[in-house]
Amino acid sequence: MKKHWYDYLWIASLLYLVLGFFNILFAWLGLLCFFIPLIIAIVWGNKGYCNRYCGRGQLFGMLGGRFGLSRKKDIPRWMKSKAFRYGFLTFFFAMFFLMLWNTYLVFAGAQDLKQVVTLLWTFKLPWNWAYHGTLFHPGVAQFAFGFYSVMLTSTVLGLITMVLFKPRSWCVYCPMGTMTQLICKARNGRSV
Amino acid sequence: MKPGKKRRKALVDSSACVACGCCVKVCPLQAIEILRGITARVNPDKCVGCGKCAAECPASVIRLQEVEA
Repeated sequence: MKKHWYDYLWIASLLYLVLGFFNILFAWLGLLCFFIPLIIAIVWGNKGYCNRYCGRGQLFGMLGGRFGLSRKKDIPRWMKSKAFRYGFLTFFFAMFFLMLWNTYLVFAGAQDLKQVVTLLWTFKLPWNWAYHGTLFHPGVAQFAFGFYSVMLTSTVLGLITMVLFKPRSWCVYCPMGTMTQLICKARNGRSV
Repeated sequence: MKPGKKRRKALVDSSACVACGCCVKVCPLQAIEILRGITARVNPDKCVGCGKCAAECPASVIRLQEVEA
């Protein structure tokens, strides 16, 4: 099958994760993975991001497929249920706003910058080697640490379900995928 | 084609489909499309029932169904 330029976006996703180990401020680039799918869903009413441009999906597809790092078993029924997908989206949203709140507290001077990356919303990993100061407010760095935590956590979850189930199992419960599908449903009507 | 002969066609459970598009990528005959970001749909005229999409689908919501050819 003919390869397109966007079939190589997995490189960008991989690079993003690597850059976060060198300078946390690169984490801001991850906002592209939030805004592009939303814009595509809102403006064009489709899931073009998932279908073509999602580098993370490609990365899981490659690691689980070509590199064989997946059992290729069916995902449990509950994980593809609407309750779990919408529940996970809600939880993800809540954690995201908590991260924004922590960023706000640093901007407001009520809290100091914490140079940690929080994995799976629990484990605080010291990440000070990737922080070399910022030209802007420490709040800018706080957002970067928080956002990178979100991205790393979701990558780890995606890798776990990749190994346990099918390569792109993450796509089933990916909050961005669920959200863009909801937008498409609202925009295009539920019946197809 | 002989009448009454059974053939296999892929069928998507649209209520559980997440419209990720993994199936579209692996279909050798471009017989699947994602409809308006909501669900995948198989074009039964093009589908030859190879099962690649069913194997790829991360939610395992595609199955092969026997239909009258």
